[in-house]
Amino acid sequence: MSEKSENFALRRRAIVKAILAERGDMLVIGGLGSAAWDITDAGDSPLNFPLWGAMGGTVAIGLGLAIAQPQRRVLVLSGDGDLLMGVGSLATVAVQAPNNLAIVALDNERYGETGMQETATASGVDLTGIARACGFPIAATIRDEAEFAAALPRIRGAAGPCFFTIKVRAEKLPLVLPPKDGSELKLRFRRALLGES
Amino acid sequence: MTEPVNWPDDIFRVLKEGGIRQVAYVPDAGHTRLINLCRDDNAIRAIGLTTEEEGVALLAGAWLGGQRGALLMQSSGVGNCINMLSLITQCRFPLLSIVTMRGQWGEFNPWQVPMGQNTGETLRLAGTLVYPVDEASRIGETVEQAARLAFEGGISVAVLIAQRVIGSKTFGKTEHE
Repeated sequence: MSEKSENFALRRRAIVKAILAERGDMLVIGGLGSAAWDITDAGDSPLNFPLWGAMGGTVAIGLGLAIAQPQRRVLVLSGDGDLLMGVGSLATVAVQAPNNLAIVALDNERYGETGMQETATASGVDLTGIARACGFPIAATIRDEAEFAAALPRIRGAAGPCFFTIKVRAEKLPLVLPPKDGSELKLRFRRALLGES
Repeated sequence: MTEPVNWPDDIFRVLKEGGIRQVAYVPDAGHTRLINLCRDDNAIRAIGLTTEEEGVALLAGAWLGGQRGALLMQSSGVGNCINMLSLITQCRFPLLSIVTMRGQWGEFNPWQVPMGQNTGETLRLAGTLVYPVDEASRIGETVEQAARLAFEGGISVAVLIAQRVIGSKTFGKTEHE
């Protein structure tokens, strides 16, 4: 609250690139808007499922996938606005407790696609605190490079469910768009994961 | 009033035979037995939701991961799902919803009426095929056909179980179970 998010140290594109640099066979859901562009900027993959809508549903999609694929790491990357809209799903995840699911909130305290209006996190609402109160065994907030470097292996592999809020700079970035056709996104994902459509 | 047909068990059998692995729900009195059957089954993951739209998204994720699911809710919960159904139609995900109706037959709570009287139309407008059923003996087969349509066709299909079958809810009385 004290510091404006325009001045936050961490930059979302570099953060997402670093997380996905050694993704292995990780399955990645990107929440609508900036997070979907971020995962595409890091390198589009059939095992990315970027959302163009379904606001508030990103975490729940990750949960259904994590339950269906318990041997695979499932990573949900999304923005604070999306997570706030579906905040109840953090309770649902904590109850189901899939140990292969990690959720990363790229929290710039703004609705980035609609004019950079402040979200509730700009007024101090603490997504990590909500996740912790729901019962996530791992929940942490990351604000600088050292904290991020320490958290990176846990984001990729710690037994979860894990929740990380990464405070990222509010900035307008070039759009890097994934395929827009939802059916194509679904089919390529299932072909790559299951060998069938 | 309730016919001597154990329709929750019929649905459960259909779900098992259809390979359903994730059952997401916001509880409804009419779904009590089916939810309990699912919770007690080791091959089915029963997932309580905080709101019904979560279930729509969750089952999209399940399909991405190769599992079939079903969403159990009451008619008022359908209203919570509408925008999330865009995910289903845009990606042509299958979705099997089993809706117990309120606001119809002998409803005592008028707040259930606005959604209960418009559930089918609302779902149709959102791109879902709707199968109302008001005979207990036909519920099992209706769910079976709905599941086939959903999973073979990549379509959102909802079975609406009429309140006449379920019995109207009465607080503090047990004339219907």
